Amino acid sequence: MGNLSLDIAHMLAGGMVLLSFMLLYQDRMYALLNVFALHAVVLSASVAWQAHIQSAPHLYVTAVIALVLKAIIIPLALRRIVAQLGIHRTIETVVSVGPTMLAGMGLVGLSMVVMLKAAAEADPLAREDLAFALSVLLLGLLMMVTRRNAVSQVIGFMSLENGLILAATGAKGMPLVVEISVAFSVLVAFIVIGVFLFRIRERFDSVDIEALDVFRGDQR
Amino acid sequence: MDLIRDLAVQGAQMLLVLLLAPLLLGFTRKVKARMLRRRGPPILQPYRDLLRLIRKEAVLAENASWLFRSAPYMIFAATWVAAALVPTFATGLTFSWTADLIAITALIGSSRFFLALVGMDVGTSFGGIGSSREMMFASLAEPAMIMIAFTVALVAGSTQLSVVANYMLTHASLRVSLGLALVALVIVAIAENARIPVDNPATHLELTMVHEAMVLEYSGRHLAVIELAAALKLLLYVSLIGCIFAPWGLAQAGGGLAGYCVGVATYLGKLAVGGFLLVLLETSIAKMRVFRVPNFLGIALMLGLLGTLLLFMSRSF
Amino acid sequence: MRLSPADLPFEPVTAVLLIPAAAAVLLALLPGYWLSARLNVLAALATLLSALSLLVQRPAPTGYLFVDDLNIVFIVLGAFVGFTTSAFSTSYIGHELETGRLTPTHLRFYHAMYQTLMFAMNLGLLANNIGVMWVAVELATLTTVLMVGIYRTPEALEAAWKYFILGSVGIALALFGTILVYMAARPVLGEGQDAMVWTALIEKAHGFSPNLLNVAFIFLMLGYGTKVGLAPLHAWLPDAHAEGPTPISAVLSGLLLNVALYVLLRFKMLMAANPAAIPPGPLMVTMGLVSLIFAGFMLYRRRDIKRMFAYSSIEHMGLITFAFGMGGPLANFAGLLHMTMHSLTKSAIFFAVGHIAQAKGTQRIADIRGLTESHPVLGWGLVLGVVAIAGLPPLGIFMSEFLIVSSTFARAPLLALLVVFGLLLALGALLLRLGEVAFGEPTGSTAPVKASYVPLFAHLALVLAAGIYLPGPLVAWFQAVARLLG
Repeated sequence: MGNLSLDIAHMLAGGMVLLSFMLLYQDRMYALLNVFALHAVVLSASVAWQAHIQSAPHLYVTAVIALVLKAIIIPLALRRIVAQLGIHRTIETVVSVGPTMLAGMGLVGLSMVVMLKAAAEADPLAREDLAFALSVLLLGLLMMVTRRNAVSQVIGFMSLENGLILAATGAKGMPLVVEISVAFSVLVAFIVIGVFLFRIRERFDSVDIEALDVFRGDQR
Repeated sequence: MDLIRDLAVQGAQMLLVLLLAPLLLGFTRKVKARMLRRRGPPILQPYRDLLRLIRKEAVLAENASWLFRSAPYMIFAATWVAAALVPTFATGLTFSWTADLIAITALIGSSRFFLALVGMDVGTSFGGIGSSREMMFASLAEPAMIMIAFTVALVAGSTQLSVVANYMLTHASLRVSLGLALVALVIVAIAENARIPVDNPATHLELTMVHEAMVLEYSGRHLAVIELAAALKLLLYVSLIGCIFAPWGLAQAGGGLAGYCVGVATYLGKLAVGGFLLVLLETSIAKMRVFRVPNFLGIALMLGLLGTLLLFMSRSF
Repeated sequence: MRLSPADLPFEPVTAVLLIPAAAAVLLALLPGYWLSARLNVLAALATLLSALSLLVQRPAPTGYLFVDDLNIVFIVLGAFVGFTTSAFSTSYIGHELETGRLTPTHLRFYHAMYQTLMFAMNLGLLANNIGVMWVAVELATLTTVLMVGIYRTPEALEAAWKYFILGSVGIALALFGTILVYMAARPVLGEGQDAMVWTALIEKAHGFSPNLLNVAFIFLMLGYGTKVGLAPLHAWLPDAHAEGPTPISAVLSGLLLNVALYVLLRFKMLMAANPAAIPPGPLMVTMGLVSLIFAGFMLYRRRDIKRMFAYSSIEHMGLITFAFGMGGPLANFAGLLHMTMHSLTKSAIFFAVGHIAQAKGTQRIADIRGLTESHPVLGWGLVLGVVAIAGLPPLGIFMSEFLIVSSTFARAPLLALLVVFGLLLALGALLLRLGEVAFGEPTGSTAPVKASYVPLFAHLALVLAAGIYLPGPLVAWFQAVARLLG
């Protein structure tokens, strides 16, 4: 494992962090879906590279699943949902782009500090990959918190899941990675595509979360 | 003897950038026209434009101040010095110890300062719009540039461009922070040179002008000097990107004529490639609305910050 | 009393897992309601019997599954509550079918998901591998989310969506914590399976990197704590309880919260085994106390009856977490006892509330009055249940609360005062509302409702019995587990 393989692993993981920032930046639905598809492509490239340098062929399966499911099937399905529900407009955010980006930078800094201190004894590749993975996770969380539209929250959650898969593959030799990633993907795919968005469609004219909050049951 | 030779090489570099700047401009215009399936002006047209402008009479507004008359030369001087310091075909030249990234940023900044001042000098509304927009872009582009300087300096160990270029030459590797710095520098370069998607260099529509608005009142030799300064600025950024991120072919100081010739040849190649890529970007993307440009520049600032942050955390990034 | 492995004709561990799984598949295919409901109950009974047989024959731990003193309690409890809830669900769902709130296609889905939930919870309890634990909790989340949204009203959709988002984020954080535990274990136990097997982890935990374990525990606390319903991560719980079908509320409160807390306890044991890591106790104590007092206050302003009892669940889970955070043999014993008692009592309350809501046609407290007159069996059942959950003697919860308070008082009197304050808050609110609901002039319809009273009173009888007399072997057993927990 020479320096070049380390650098490529870093480039791919760093690319994912970059794409997470780009996800935060998007304000049009189709552009968001495209960037998310790219996010999944970079994830599968990163997992495939990890499979190569760790000599762990079962990770190739994870890479293929990520590619097929997250980069192709889910964006296509979401695109159809967006077309059917008629959401062509811009994505409303709770906070404007500037403070969101600053918060994102803060989260990246935090995850770097936490992971690099906590995993100081582990080998550099795993440690830095985990730091990047935690950044992607926190950025996905930030995206879920600062979006008002259900579809963009779901995309935030899926980018969070991508970060987790990155972490799981970065942890060298972790068993059950394929099973765990499949289970997680099943969770996401099941809920997102089939069930809720269409049910929401049955009841509302929009997928704006604020409209849902009206039916809060007991007022706090 | 050595001193004279070194001074001659340094002087050759200064002259080279001065002569090549309009050529780069003409090249980009030609390639752009070809991409848009037009024939386009000849490559040497900018030289002819400059000569024509110099021969014309400079018309000044009645309330133009001394600043208005002298600013073009100050802008030109600052930009020429900055462009001449960036290693183009060789590193380690006589004045290369002054070629500090931060100094170059400061020089560009001061030329921008004067440009913004003269935009407001005559008191027209076009100039005011241009200056305010330029300053808005600058308030993000300059910190981004500083962040890029920090990132590069943390990797290479110095802000001096010759040292940086030599380091990049000997320790070639893919690094995340350098990737981020490259993207950020490209964005800053686009913004500083008033290219699409930030500003259209060929427009004179009030809604879309930034750079053009500030120099709208100039004519004759003043305009020629300012146009040359703008061309030099484009050359500066392309050679900066080439020097830091694609340093192959740079000759060492005192390397002999053959080395210098190879350096010049690769430099011309880098300019051509840079111009081509710039045109490719310009023709494939639309101009942004003005109030979205800060978001665009914010990306550059953020990438620079991210690169610096990563390097602070761990030197292996 | 332990038989040798050759004595039983089947492998109980496999049975406990296989029966719900097979039943789920079967129930997804069966069309008729009558048959599905009965089959559901039968499958739950079979699972209960297999769980009981685990008491007599305990298999050796494998890399994936194991049975020790801690999880056997919850397996048996879970199977029992699952069985009684399935009996309750038979009559409850029958009524829903009649009133048209649910359609027959929903029912196949409901029953299949119910058994899948049982399977997932048993898998989580039996798992020896922290990855399998995680997958089980995730599967349980998935099934309950789908079931909460089954009524398809706007409120149900909001509740299900909120549950999905918060639950999934919690699951994601828990997964990150699991990965970090693996990273901490890898240098000591090597790569591959061994570093994720809990029985191996607990032996070598003292050698793990403390920094990694600290970060891991924080993530695990946040992640699984969301599933337990600790404040401030509780936001999904009231809505999910209020808007889902009542059997699901019973299973959520009675079982799923316990399973999540069980997983958290396993990781707490890991942390406690490493002296250089931060002690997990104070964090758990803080979150437990905050949940307790917060839920105590929130009980006063609830207007929906199921929502109120959901906050009561938050309060009790907070108390249990507090007890386990305090640690020591007495507090751990009390925590275990409380988990069991709360499970039985809360599900009993939900059994009563479910039928009450059906009888009156509403869940609003203001519209329910005079239950002891209009529906005496249900009314008095509810009274008994609320008295139990409020912690009044001689029922079981009083015993466990008393033990928690006294063991805390010996060590940190100020905390004990806070606990008592929270408990009194909850007591006040619950008795206040009970007085409104159970007594006075009856409102709403007084038509008798076809209800199953056996599960309700079976649970309450057990709670009463435990309050009066805990059998010796049970006490010894709990004490052994309390020592395990450290």
